[in-house]
Amino acid sequence: MSAAPTPPSEDELPTPLVRNRRWIPRLVWVVPIAAAVIGISLLIRNWQNAGPRITISFLSGEGVQVGKTLVKYRDVTVGRVSAVDLSADHRTVLVSADLSKDAASLLKADTQFWIVRPRIGVGSVSGLDTLLSGMYIGLKTGTAARLERQFVGLENPPALSHGPRGRELQLHAARAGSLGMGAPVYFRQFQVGRVIDENLLPDGSTRVTVFVEAPYDGFVKPETRFWNASGIDVRLGADGLNVQTESLAAVLAGGLAFDDGPIEVVPAAAGLPGEFTLYKNETEAMAPPDGDPHFVRMRFAQALRGLDVGAPVEFVGVNIGSVVAVDLGYEHQDRSFPVIVTAKLYPRRMGQAYEALTAQGTTGSEETIAAFVGTLVNRGLRAQPRAASLLTGKLYIALDFLPASPRVAFDSSMRPLELPTVSGTFQELEASVGRIVKKVNDLPLEQIVADLHTDLKDLHETLNELHTRALPNAEDTLSALHRTLDSADRTLDGESPLQRGLTETLSESRGTLQAVRELADYLDRHPDALLRGRRPQKMPQRPAAAASSEAKP
Amino acid sequence: MTALLQSHELGLVLCRTCGLAVSRASLKMDRRCPRCQSRIEQRTPFSTEMTLAWLIAGIVFYIPANLLPVMHTSGLLGEADSTILGGIFEFWRSGDWDIALLIFIASVAVPFTKFIAIGLLLFTVRRNSRWQQHQRTALYRTVEFIGYWSMLDVIVVALTSALMQFQVLGAAEPRAGIAFFCAVVVVTMLSALSFDPRLIWDRRA
Repeated sequence: MSAAPTPPSEDELPTPLVRNRRWIPRLVWVVPIAAAVIGISLLIRNWQNAGPRITISFLSGEGVQVGKTLVKYRDVTVGRVSAVDLSADHRTVLVSADLSKDAASLLKADTQFWIVRPRIGVGSVSGLDTLLSGMYIGLKTGTAARLERQFVGLENPPALSHGPRGRELQLHAARAGSLGMGAPVYFRQFQVGRVIDENLLPDGSTRVTVFVEAPYDGFVKPETRFWNASGIDVRLGADGLNVQTESLAAVLAGGLAFDDGPIEVVPAAAGLPGEFTLYKNETEAMAPPDGDPHFVRMRFAQALRGLDVGAPVEFVGVNIGSVVAVDLGYEHQDRSFPVIVTAKLYPRRMGQAYEALTAQGTTGSEETIAAFVGTLVNRGLRAQPRAASLLTGKLYIALDFLPASPRVAFDSSMRPLELPTVSGTFQELEASVGRIVKKVNDLPLEQIVADLHTDLKDLHETLNELHTRALPNAEDTLSALHRTLDSADRTLDGESPLQRGLTETLSESRGTLQAVRELADYLDRHPDALLRGRRPQKMPQRPAAAASSEAKP
Repeated sequence: MTALLQSHELGLVLCRTCGLAVSRASLKMDRRCPRCQSRIEQRTPFSTEMTLAWLIAGIVFYIPANLLPVMHTSGLLGEADSTILGGIFEFWRSGDWDIALLIFIASVAVPFTKFIAIGLLLFTVRRNSRWQQHQRTALYRTVEFIGYWSMLDVIVVALTSALMQFQVLGAAEPRAGIAFFCAVVVVTMLSALSFDPRLIWDRRA
């Protein structure tokens, strides 16, 4: 070991072997070095694997547990909550979470975080696993290029957590009805999407954002019509009862449906692609566009009980508009109170007729329309209230040609146009019933009753005569008949001589018949007796005679 | 006590296997017992050095053994990695102070005591101290005796992992920490084994 020139002691061992043996135990130092290397490499790996630490602020930290609550993306754990603190102003809860390294790329500036709790709705049940495993923080990555470490958590989970491919559409409606987030969207009774957002716009209308999933978004075309499919549509038509609904879930939770619009319709005026109008129901959605309404006024001289706002106005049986107001007017000249009905008419609903009129240039301006209506009035166009249903007593306004009606002046300069009216059919019925009653009233009832009285008196006299004269005669006739029957009865009695004689005759004729049968019998055996007379009986010879008679033939 | 003779003062070496007293001078280079041919040493060579090396390895391994999770449990109610200290806290908080204490003694106190005890023995031997020689010998015996009791944790994890395999309902798997813990126990036992207690009584001038 040492090269010092000391005198070798007796203990000194020869050098080479000892060195060998001394060297081997030193190998033990490999162990702590290896341990240190392993430890340091572990530390380095740990440090390398450590992902970003993010902070999310929530309004409430309900259910969030340090070290337990996970951060999940597409149901895969990407991190764990490491701290829960209050913000400096105590308004929010700051949840810190350590994410795994590969999750760092998910942390875009518009990445969304929310706390997943069990949610049970009519349309769907979600987050049930959190009942057992506790809440977790959901993550939906964004599209922004910038990365971020501080986030503001959502209080409600987004409707689409994992961005399936598809299309987002904006629907505008006056009111959203009973729609809710997550309400289904149907295409021909097939669920193809969901309502993902609802907003009340500053103008008071609603904007519903729906998401149509990928293979089905091709069904959404510019002419597609959306309508509210909530509830049940029950209609009693000429073809019977018609119940229409999209699905039970839609009945309960509300829903939307869409389908291709009428083919001839030009893409609706809704400006941006992906913006649509949400109609109240399928019928309304599928109706061709109404165009601008024209207002008309009608003055009825009679009460119009049962005419509601919204009651249809029909032109030759076609619904072309509806009543918008029913007012009471006052006519100073005759101190009357006419009912003034204002209605809006959609000339486009006249369909082909409208097109034909347009071709003629009739619909060009207000004046030409007024002039055209004037000619129609001259041909007998009248407004008439009619009973839509005798059961409910509801009325509608019919615009019909009644050539028999008296001519009226038509002022084509009035705005809105005022259509001449006639009283309703119901009122006419009333009038004719009144006439019938009057006729009945005019009948000479007293005279009729007096005549009837004398006639009855005559009848009474006739019956009296019958009683005093005819009846005694009939009595005599009956007693004579009685006597005749009596004698007949006696004649036919069993003890009468006629009866007895008849019995004797019968017994004699029986004896005669006996003798005749004996004679016939005898002749049968002895046919010769007819010629030779009757021979005395010789009983023993009878067989021989029989034999000879047998041998003869 | 110090007046007592030691074998090397008589120029003898005792065979540890067969008890033959061999004259030190007669020993050859390979130092084999002439009777039973087992290795014969005056003192275990490089005892303190090897003991120190194992001790350092043990201390190094002790760090990841406590930092890394020893067991991973998963079940319906979620999954969790548990470290030894975490498990002790868990038991303590849930009121099972006795189990917590047991694990603490077996997994923390005993290895730690061993580090300190072996360290103390090494230090005093190097210093050629004559302080508390009896007690230090007793300490050495204790360290040797309690060595394997630290395997309690390893056994618990092994048993739990083997028994708790109910797929979805619950499963336990060992994690890297327990391997380090096992290494700590083995290495400290080797450390204690490398120590030659006769050094306690040696007085090198």
